[in-house]
Amino acid sequence: MTEECAEASRPLVMDNLDTLAKQAQEAIAACADLTALDELRVHYLGRKGVLTERLKALGKLPPEQRSQEGQAVNVAKQAVHQAITARKTALEADALQKSLASDTLDVTLPACGQQPGSLHPVTQTQARVEAFFSSLGFAVVEGPEVEDDYHNFEALNIPAHHPARAMHDTFYFPDGRLLRTHTSPVQIRYMQETKPPLRAIASGRVYRCDSDLTHTPMFHQMEGLLVDESVSFAQLKGVLQDFLHDFFEQNMPVRFRPSYFPFTEPSAEVDIECVMCFGKGCRVCSQSGWLEILGCGMVHPNVLNAVKIDSEKYTGFAFGLGLDRLAMLRYGIDDLRLFFENDLRFLKQF
Amino acid sequence: MRFSEQWLRTWVNPALATEALTAELTLAGLEVDGTEKVAGDFTGVVVGEIISAEQHPNADRLQVCRVNVGDDAPLEIVCGAKNARAKIKVAVAKVGAVLSPDFKIKPVKLRGVPSSGMICSASELGLVEASEGIMELANDAPVGEDVRDYLQLDDVSIELDLTPNRGDCLSVRGVARELAAIANQTLTPLEIVTVKSDATTARAVKLDAPADCPRYVGRVLSDINLNAQTPLWMQERLRRSGLRSIAPVVDVTNYVMLELGQPMHAFDLDKLQGDLTVRRSQPGEKLTLLDNTEATLDDQTLLITDASGPLAIAGVMGGMDSAVCDNTQHILLESAFFTPEVVAGRARHYGVASESARRFERGVDPNGQHEAIERATALLLDIVGGKAGPVFQASSESYLPKSMTVTLRPARIERVLGVSVPNDEVVRLLNGQGMAVDTRAQDAWQIDVPSHRFDIRLEEDLIEEVARLYGYHRLPAQPLSCTQPARRTANIVPTLKNSLVQRGYHESISYTFVDPTLQSLLAPNETALALQNPLSAELSVMRTTIWAGLLKALQHNQHRQQPRLRLFETGLCFVEANGQLDQRPTLSGAVCGDRLPENWQGNNKVDFYAVKSDIESLLASIGISVDITFEASQHPALHPGKTARITQKGTQIGLLGELTPQVAKQLDLQGPVFLFEVDLKAITLPVVPRFASLSKFPSIRRDIALMVPESVLAAQLHDVIKGSAGALLQDVTVFDVYQGKGIPEGQKSIALGLTLQHPERTLVDDEVAKVMEQVVGALQKECGAVLRK
Repeated sequence: MTEECAEASRPLVMDNLDTLAKQAQEAIAACADLTALDELRVHYLGRKGVLTERLKALGKLPPEQRSQEGQAVNVAKQAVHQAITARKTALEADALQKSLASDTLDVTLPACGQQPGSLHPVTQTQARVEAFFSSLGFAVVEGPEVEDDYHNFEALNIPAHHPARAMHDTFYFPDGRLLRTHTSPVQIRYMQETKPPLRAIASGRVYRCDSDLTHTPMFHQMEGLLVDESVSFAQLKGVLQDFLHDFFEQNMPVRFRPSYFPFTEPSAEVDIECVMCFGKGCRVCSQSGWLEILGCGMVHPNVLNAVKIDSEKYTGFAFGLGLDRLAMLRYGIDDLRLFFENDLRFLKQF
Repeated sequence: MRFSEQWLRTWVNPALATEALTAELTLAGLEVDGTEKVAGDFTGVVVGEIISAEQHPNADRLQVCRVNVGDDAPLEIVCGAKNARAKIKVAVAKVGAVLSPDFKIKPVKLRGVPSSGMICSASELGLVEASEGIMELANDAPVGEDVRDYLQLDDVSIELDLTPNRGDCLSVRGVARELAAIANQTLTPLEIVTVKSDATTARAVKLDAPADCPRYVGRVLSDINLNAQTPLWMQERLRRSGLRSIAPVVDVTNYVMLELGQPMHAFDLDKLQGDLTVRRSQPGEKLTLLDNTEATLDDQTLLITDASGPLAIAGVMGGMDSAVCDNTQHILLESAFFTPEVVAGRARHYGVASESARRFERGVDPNGQHEAIERATALLLDIVGGKAGPVFQASSESYLPKSMTVTLRPARIERVLGVSVPNDEVVRLLNGQGMAVDTRAQDAWQIDVPSHRFDIRLEEDLIEEVARLYGYHRLPAQPLSCTQPARRTANIVPTLKNSLVQRGYHESISYTFVDPTLQSLLAPNETALALQNPLSAELSVMRTTIWAGLLKALQHNQHRQQPRLRLFETGLCFVEANGQLDQRPTLSGAVCGDRLPENWQGNNKVDFYAVKSDIESLLASIGISVDITFEASQHPALHPGKTARITQKGTQIGLLGELTPQVAKQLDLQGPVFLFEVDLKAITLPVVPRFASLSKFPSIRRDIALMVPESVLAAQLHDVIKGSAGALLQDVTVFDVYQGKGIPEGQKSIALGLTLQHPERTLVDDEVAKVMEQVVGALQKECGAVLRK
């Protein structure tokens, strides 16, 4: 081949490759699916592809052209390869987009699986009260429900024939044991085994032989007790006021009224301004504007003496509250009996 | 305790309106339960006198009355009351009168006769609920006067809910004393005249039980007027205090009790035989009481007796045979001091209601008997006339309560109340209660307690008085700080409850006393503790299992279209064992219906294994996940093939099983119902877990499918695998259990997955194969297992 010929043929080869690459790129860009794209890949880059063939043909070229031509083919091959990869990514993204677009859930369909149950409103109320007093260092203690006369009455300064016994409507067993009428016997049991200073609360079921619209023969009380060297009625007032404000989440007026319990002296009945009508008077507070919420007082010296605590050195206070009543007020429940029917429609609400 | 506000104000009349007065009483510890107007809100009703009453021309049951109401001309009023007659004073609602908002008096014609007004009955005026005939007023009632003024009807009845220590306030005088002290006023004293006797009749009284009755005061009144009427003012005061007027003698004894707080009794003197003896009853003695109760006496009842036997239960109620009646001419009045101890509980015991017993059991003033008998004599002489005999008494000074002097240390007041009340204020407050205060010893005052305040015995009683009278509202409120070392409460119950709630359970609370039939159906081998005085047969024995309440709750809900139920309850069970009562804290559950709430993906009925999983999760919530086994067991209420006892390291801690279909049927329950219980005291809480280091090398899993005899339990296979696989075994799971086509009768196929891992290197196939060979060999040998290919 002449010098001239070589000169003339080179651009031809180059042009040819440029056109080829351009055509390939156009075809790739126009390609609408992955199968067609793969066919193009085979056509240009496959084992018998156009560009592969060109590479194979390099050997037939004069050595001085080989490297130039080889370089040019590789550039074209590179360009086609890139175009194919880019197109593939785009087509795949398109395909994913399409498949996602067609794959949707009705997110408003109800969930499947276990749904949580519920704690009884009395339990929730108890937990709430316990949380408050625990934060002040009160131990949570328990006592038996079948009690003896000593712990339920005698040690609490309620001797036989005391008129307060008549108010307790006690359930008895033939051997003289009884169902505790209040949680106060736990006070006695706790003081018998723990030396002051002590603070404890005890909740649980209590029983009175009484059943009507507003009384069930079983209900729940919580008892609180604190004995220390300088405990005063003022602290009792303070802690109960704080408790009631915390429990009801409002700073309603709290009223302490003199009352009588054989095991405390001075004794008080605590009223709060009615949380239903804010003191205006309603059915819940019998139009009085006040709700009787708990009983309390300074531990009677006879009680301290009964458990061998020096009533000169130590003073203490105790209080008792009705958990069912607190639960009724908190949740607006108007019938005590609902607590013990265990109707699922009731339980589910809490 | 109920009384009239007007009556109270005759004793002490502070410048307080009714509402303020009742609020003061409540805040001083005499809780006012309510107030009630003593009459309706009527107007235009005046006193009239019937001049004549003639038969209505057109109606048999009506009369035409001419009534003088003080106007120029008498009114003509048609009246249907049988007791309408000439010369009586009556209450007349004139034309224009308003008896209630929708009852106004207008001129009308009744059967052709004009009637201008109405003669009123007591119920029409709102004095009583029901009454017969028209109300008859006293003969001296001033014609024309407004009935409201004449009867002083602008009054309210105040109802007190007294605490049992304040027996001294069970009288108008007692309340008045309190009110005077609260309002800082002086009490108008009641003048008690000592009536001189003008007769000699008396009776000897013997006190056989002086400890129960240290003082008995009596007096005979003879030749009383049988036709006398209780005056209207007294009837009204009784009515406003909640007592019905009966007859003059009874009314006076009741009146004095209300006024002074001393219960009294009157006997018909002619019915008494010989002298009186106050003694304890003999068992079996009988007495018919005033309310017709036939009392068979025990051996601890105090009696008033005569030669013929029991006359009255002391302080409770008199007997029918010796009672004052319409033709009683001579009476014996009793005014005694019976101790609270001997009267307490007696009225309840004999099933009678007694105002007298209510006072004696709370205590009466031991010095009030003479005063009361003089007061009653004076009132009776005014009303029924007659002659009064001398006051006679039997007493035993040594048994009478002693007057008390109590020491009060001013420093102790501050210590207990947390506030310093000035000394002179303390003295003033106590003086107001009739207590003399001797302050000569500065640190220890001596307080003389009046006899009516028998509730004051200790320093604390005085401190309470000071606090009460000072006003609880004036006492400061101090915050309480936490001075105890902080500690957590190690209570597992809330955690257990929350775990079940997360698994879809609702907490129930049922009565701990249950129906004995249901109780013995569920636990026929247990003896349930029976109540002596149950409210009803259905609530008469203490549960030995919470299932009784839970099954009742399932029944209640199934009957209300709730087929899917998951309930649990915690509380005590009462089990008698070896003569000891075990009050056992227990957690129990009951499940029926579908495993999941109704949903659109699919569901199936709850089964044994689903509940087992709930229990495992329950125990895991308090850290117990190893050493728990479920072993086949038996329970009378549970299906014999579907019952497991739950054990922890060999100790039984609970039960799980399916309620037997027979019991389910008896309780009308749609089964299957699964029940479980956990004995919370039997659980051993786990120690803190110790960390084991994690292997960095891959684990290898090998699955095997075995055919084993039906009777071989999964736990046996598990144990054999654990025993034969060696230290490389990390985990064994069961991933398939099959019986049926392709498996011979009496056999089952079970597929297990074993995970092996070495802590320090990657396992090689050979050693895994060797372990598997050992395992399969052991399974073949010990369980008769055949490896399925």
